Amino acid sequence: MNTTLLVPLATRPQAALRPPQWHAPRNLLRVALPVFVLALWQVASSTGILSPRTLPPPSAVIEAFRQLIETGDLQAALPASLARAGGGLAIGLLIGIGFGLLTGLSRRAEEAFDSTFQIVRLIPFISLVPLFIIWFGIGEEPKVLLIALACVFPAYLNTYSGVRNVDRRLIEAARTFGLSPVQITLQVLLPAALPAVLVGVRFAMGVSLLALIIAEQTNSRAGIGYLIFVASGALRIDLIVACVLVYAVLGIAIDLVMRLVEKLLLPWR
Amino acid sequence: MLANVQIRKETGDATPVVDLRPVATTAHSPREAVVSLTGVSKKFGDQTILDGVDLSIRQGDFVALLGASGSGKTTLLRILASLDEANDGKVLVARNRSVVFQEHRLLPFRRAWRNVLLGTKQPGNGRAIAERALAEVGLSAKADSWPKHLSGGEAQRVALARALVRSPTLLLLDEPFAALDALTRIKMHALVEGLWRDHKPGVLIVTHDVDEAILLADRILVLKDGRFSLDVAVPPALVRNRKRQELEPDEVNPLKYRLLAELGVAVPGHTA
Ligand SMILES: Nc1ncnc2c1ncn2[C@@H]1O[C@H](COP(=O)(O)OP(=O)(O)OP(=O)(O)O)[C@@H](O)[C@H]1O
Ligand SMILES: [Mg+2]
Repeated sequence: MNTTLLVPLATRPQAALRPPQWHAPRNLLRVALPVFVLALWQVASSTGILSPRTLPPPSAVIEAFRQLIETGDLQAALPASLARAGGGLAIGLLIGIGFGLLTGLSRRAEEAFDSTFQIVRLIPFISLVPLFIIWFGIGEEPKVLLIALACVFPAYLNTYSGVRNVDRRLIEAARTFGLSPVQITLQVLLPAALPAVLVGVRFAMGVSLLALIIAEQTNSRAGIGYLIFVASGALRIDLIVACVLVYAVLGIAIDLVMRLVEKLLLPWR
Repeated sequence: MLANVQIRKETGDATPVVDLRPVATTAHSPREAVVSLTGVSKKFGDQTILDGVDLSIRQGDFVALLGASGSGKTTLLRILASLDEANDGKVLVARNRSVVFQEHRLLPFRRAWRNVLLGTKQPGNGRAIAERALAEVGLSAKADSWPKHLSGGEAQRVALARALVRSPTLLLLDEPFAALDALTRIKMHALVEGLWRDHKPGVLIVTHDVDEAILLADRILVLKDGRFSLDVAVPPALVRNRKRQELEPDEVNPLKYRLLAELGVAVPGHTA
């Protein structure tokens, strides 16, 4: 029979006193799988298992990148795409956060607008592409408006519920200290709702990228989508893959930007 | 000094008598009334919580409110804090009042010192004022902390500093120490007593702890069935006399067992 009741537990020096170290095993593990997949892809391509007409090797994709930059195509396409996504995002956030605050703060505004937002939200924005082209032509407007429409709802829903779900007890405390309704709104409700609003912004940014890709598929004269359109016409799979990777990099950039923004705006979390 | 708290009748159509004249004595009087309730009633649905309560508290009074769970102590305090409205009766309370709740209710996005200043108008020297208030509760070192990083007792002390920084004439405390450990609670008792001595507000403290009530208050109320079933003064020799209360249990116990009996707790071998 084992009579030992005590077990040793680990100790750990205070974080600040630990020498900064690179967490080798953990970080290596993180990159291991992606590197392995890349290697497999390269090997499969060079041994001929993977036909370049299906998927060109990583080296060819890198070469395609070099070409895109050398010809200046990427430098021309990226600002065009970013302007579209950014413009649509800005409009969508303005409307979504604006109405979210309004319906969150005022019962009257909620009765007036919320049901409309909830209904329109259920329409998949992709299904509106043909309508938008008929209404707004094939210029920039339908693209920016489609992105804006897609961004409105995540911003709206998160802002609205963020304001509505602020801890009632904080509002009561503020009331007992004599804050006016306007002061409570500015000093308690809005700062307390900010984390939820930022979640909405993060979602809206993701959706803006998605809407950008869809909007650019049709009748683009510039942008990453236009590059893909031209490349697919020429059956240049390497270029298509390179452009898809650009979209992926944009997605990562959104994540990094939002992390930084949250760190700056929510130091108390 | 007294502000009339708005009264809305839940049922019936008779408008309650609203007396705008403060019941306070002359301006020279050092002991103005800070609470004056006459026939105050409150119902939730068909459940009568307060049934014609009368209460008068003057500046400098330290009143403890006891009562079984669900007896309406918080309801009464919320009416005094103007967070809820009585259905009937006359409610007069000091305009300058502060509340400390069971939870600290600090704004998570404000540092401790900025929480202390919530709602005060301090042109320029706010930081100094907040730091002085935090020093009073022994928390100078935590002025720049986020509420998230404060311990329960520390957060409650910040809440106390926030309540006191506006020099209230009426301080309402709803089980402010209930969530704290016994040792911290002893320290908080001494702290509150000291703050009361320095500022002399009228205090109404809700508590479940009979010993705490006897230790801090000069007057103890028991709320039962919508009314004060007991309203006793602590014997003058015992009031806030910790030493005597500890050394002479025979003087304390009659009051203690009477309160416990009133709260429905029978202590074997003792009759109230
Ligand atoms: N907003 C409300 N709606 C309906 N009933 C309520 C409401 N607030 C309180 N009550 C009821 O009123 C009664 C008194 O509640 P109150 O919170 O005042 O009790 P309490 O004496 O503070 O109890 P405790 O010691 O447990 O804090 C309870 O029965 C409670 O259910
Ligand atoms: Mg209560």
